[in-house]
Amino acid sequence: MTRSHSKAGGVEFRNVSRRYGNVTAVDNVSFRVEPGTLVTLLGPSGCGKTTTLRMIAGLESASSGTILIGENDVTLLPATDRDVTMVFQSYALFPHMSVIDNVAFGLDVSGVGRAEREAKAREGLAMVGLAGYEARLPSELSGGQQQRVAVARALVLEPEVLLFDEPLSNLDAKLRRRMRDDIRELQQKLRLTSVYVTHDQEEALAVSDQIIVMNKAVIAQQGAPADLYLRPASRFVADFMGASNLVDATVVGRDGGRASVRLGEATVELADASAGVDDVSIAIRPQAIAVTRLADAPALPVSVRKATYLGSHMEYLLDSSVGELFVVDPHMVATVRAGESAFARFDPTGMAVVPRAG
Amino acid sequence: MNRSHLSWLVIGVLGFALPPWYGLPTSSSAPWPPSGLLASFGVAPWLLPIGLFLLLPAPFVIVRSRLAGLALIAAGIGGLGYLVAQGLAIGLRGWSQPLLADLFGPLATGQRGMGAGGLIVAVSLLFYLTLGLAARGAMKGDRFTTGAIGLVVAAIVVFVFWPVSTILSQAMVADPGQSAIVALAERLTARDIWSVGCVVSATRCGVFWNSILLAVLTGVLTTLLGLAFALIASRTGFRFKTGLRLLTVLPIITPPFVIGLAVILLFGRNGTVTQFMAEYFGLTATRYIYGLPGILLTQVLAFTPIAFLVLVGVVQGIAPAMEEAAQTLGAGRWQTFRRVTWPLMRPGLANAFLVGFIESLADFGNPLVMGGGYEVLSTKIFYAVVGAQNDPGRAAALGIVLLALCVGAFILQRTWVGKTSYTTVGGKGFSGTSAALPRVVKYAAYGTALPWALFTFLLYGLILFGGFVENWGRNNSITLRHYITAFGLDWGQNGLLWTGRAWNSLFTTIQIAAVSAPITAALGLLTAYLLVRQRFAGQSTFEFMTMLSFAIPGTVIGVSYILAFNTPPVELTGTAAILVICFVFRNMPVAIRAGVASMSQIDKSLDECALTLGATSAQSVRRVILPLLRPAVVASLVYAFVRAITSVSAVIFLVTARYDMATSYIVGRVEIGDFGLAIAYSSALIVLMGIGILFIQLVVGERRIGRRDPVQPAARPAEVTA
Repeated sequence: MTRSHSKAGGVEFRNVSRRYGNVTAVDNVSFRVEPGTLVTLLGPSGCGKTTTLRMIAGLESASSGTILIGENDVTLLPATDRDVTMVFQSYALFPHMSVIDNVAFGLDVSGVGRAEREAKAREGLAMVGLAGYEARLPSELSGGQQQRVAVARALVLEPEVLLFDEPLSNLDAKLRRRMRDDIRELQQKLRLTSVYVTHDQEEALAVSDQIIVMNKAVIAQQGAPADLYLRPASRFVADFMGASNLVDATVVGRDGGRASVRLGEATVELADASAGVDDVSIAIRPQAIAVTRLADAPALPVSVRKATYLGSHMEYLLDSSVGELFVVDPHMVATVRAGESAFARFDPTGMAVVPRAG
Repeated sequence: MNRSHLSWLVIGVLGFALPPWYGLPTSSSAPWPPSGLLASFGVAPWLLPIGLFLLLPAPFVIVRSRLAGLALIAAGIGGLGYLVAQGLAIGLRGWSQPLLADLFGPLATGQRGMGAGGLIVAVSLLFYLTLGLAARGAMKGDRFTTGAIGLVVAAIVVFVFWPVSTILSQAMVADPGQSAIVALAERLTARDIWSVGCVVSATRCGVFWNSILLAVLTGVLTTLLGLAFALIASRTGFRFKTGLRLLTVLPIITPPFVIGLAVILLFGRNGTVTQFMAEYFGLTATRYIYGLPGILLTQVLAFTPIAFLVLVGVVQGIAPAMEEAAQTLGAGRWQTFRRVTWPLMRPGLANAFLVGFIESLADFGNPLVMGGGYEVLSTKIFYAVVGAQNDPGRAAALGIVLLALCVGAFILQRTWVGKTSYTTVGGKGFSGTSAALPRVVKYAAYGTALPWALFTFLLYGLILFGGFVENWGRNNSITLRHYITAFGLDWGQNGLLWTGRAWNSLFTTIQIAAVSAPITAALGLLTAYLLVRQRFAGQSTFEFMTMLSFAIPGTVIGVSYILAFNTPPVELTGTAAILVICFVFRNMPVAIRAGVASMSQIDKSLDECALTLGATSAQSVRRVILPLLRPAVVASLVYAFVRAITSVSAVIFLVTARYDMATSYIVGRVEIGDFGLAIAYSSALIVLMGIGILFIQLVVGERRIGRRDPVQPAARPAEVTA
């Protein structure tokens, strides 16, 4: 069941904007999606990620700029004429057609003969593990099965680019994890160029070769999952990638690529991303803070406002001289109670220096 | 560049070269009237530039130049502009304006209205323009969508806006030595429109005040009755709700003046009630019902069901959760109704009032039958055109006044009331039960609505029965005479003879209704598709335009059509085409609404998905949307068909001896006092259409049973404008 997708082409945006009246949904965005890779557009709702995706599909037109697919300028090309298919958030299965008719629809409208399109549709259904469901109606399938039909329908056309618009948001958490792995596996096996939209950072980290974080119509940061996770370029990205504590700090010394950063009473050594500015912010993951009763040299004195027992870990809300800190602490021995004074110890691998503004 | 460019190029050029440009042969000796091309080198040299415009994009399209789009746009705009300009500038006898003759010298010949060739060329040029725009990236480069928008806009401009604007120009036609503005001002300020004589002295009031008084009374009464019905239907355990539903179907299948006929049978000078009163109480039988009381009564009877339909939606749209909330906060039944339910209904009531107001103003059949000496705008327009007066200028001025009133009320309804409505139901289903009505309200509703419903059914019964009575009130013997006169059949030498006097108009009516219904449904659903599924600049204006023809009273449409389409470039008076076109544009708004309502329930990602799978817009409409839209298709077909049969206001201006319609024939019978035949014919129509609707509902109903789950009620796709 391996087919080579030799026709997989890249996608490139050159200074693309999309405006609706006074509102700019996508503002002068440029990026490249390399052939055969999966790139995720990640961001909160209203950031422009869906509009970007729909512009690749041709469902929205660019107000300005150039869109290339496989080195061809498709800016003015309607969706019908683009070699791009899409898996919709709502699946968009045609309720009046059987599963096989749904999957064969794209082949049918492009004039493929009956025998060939049925064979291909069956092959596509088998690929997503739905052989035997051909005659069903979409309404007779479970959510996960409907999702698979939608994927098969997009796959059988062997598109240059495959788009996913929040494909898992209508599934429950357990199924979501499995579908996400299946999609990634299929994409890698077929070497499909894919663009994937989600607002779930964990999902993005799990499926992507590259992640483009968008905020307020522009790209906030682009990079490999580990890059974004470990080295967020701004407070927004840090926050969005799960480093929910953002505190002000001062660089007190630099040595090669490292910077000593003062955080209230504590000092931490981190990779220097301060660009020479001393007033910075530090993004700290909740897991990178440990709460202890023992006074320690680089530790920050805190008072525990809230302590919640969650079985596998503790959640703390701390007050300190640098502000409020949220902590997820797996150390279940010698836990601290609300109202007590304690110390926060920092793990530099879960911390990053980000510019204070933005 | 692509096939559609080339094919419209070929169609346009062939349309210019082959079929006759003008509709009717200029001389009877010519067997095949000249095409545009031939005429260009003969009788009509002014057509030549059109041919040049048609050919202009050819080189660009053939060599697939990137400039093809621009060339198509240029040819489209230039060609259409020139086509319209020459059509308006050159009339039957040369230049239409003396000014033009002075400028260019006199013309030897004029021209007639456009025919097949002209139509094909005009449509081709329109599609040049839309194809060109699509090639330049308009509507995401979608040729189907740009073409559809172009087609609908052009159709509405030609068949709604242009005729209505000719009314304005007609009202400005001046007597010799008078300026156009003065003529207009004089006609618009005429005493018989605005006089308040009935208040300040013993003379008559102006027709404007008559219309307003009638419309306000009708609006208030229909709203109150409609509310009573709506409350009964949705807030009580009333057992005969299907009967109420039937009540809402009746006015659709009833020609508008038929209720008037029934009222005459009861309250006319020979009416049953009148004679009863005369006999037992010694009251003199008079024509007391004719005039304001009669019109008001018939209009309230006719339009209450419409108010009911509006208000039942309003009442059901009030989330029970709100009333439940009020009750949990300690409000009693009356307090809940008074403080929560009633305020929530208020915008809906205003809406129902305005609908009744507009319907009353636009109504023509009832005032014609019941009016007596009480003149309203719509009947006065009619009498200004037909009969002794024959003063199109005055009719036009009256039309402007009526149009302004209706459109004003319509705009008020759309903007003010539309925005203050609280009852826009969200996607989430409401649960909970509605609050029970306070006892006073409940009994008031029962007390008014039920007798009224009985009265309505009684009148319908009279109509069905009245056709079998020799001469109601004078000679009450039972007879089949009227039916035989109307629908007699005979065996002659050549087989079956349709001897009845009604057959001719009945067949014409059914034919014209059958032709216009599919066109209405197609154009309406296409428009709905553009409104729901596409986003483009000027869309709200577009929507308003399409809905406006709903607000234009039939009499105004009728007058404007005979004024606009009596002369070139579009000559349609006296043809069946003008009837069909009139019905299409009168009934299209309903098809649009039906389409919009059901299309909004189909997830937009379905057709987007079809597009990304390589289907064209046309394919996605045909393969995905239409199959899911079948109930709306049927509904619009039925409505368009039935309305074409029952409407009278616009039709009465457009019929001819050759193409007479059932309703205008009946009105003619009524005018000469031949009630028996009129009633027999009317009841035949009602029964005919009742059967038709039942049949269709059976078909639709069966489909609904087999209908699968509607589209996934999945979360709305992340905001499109995200």
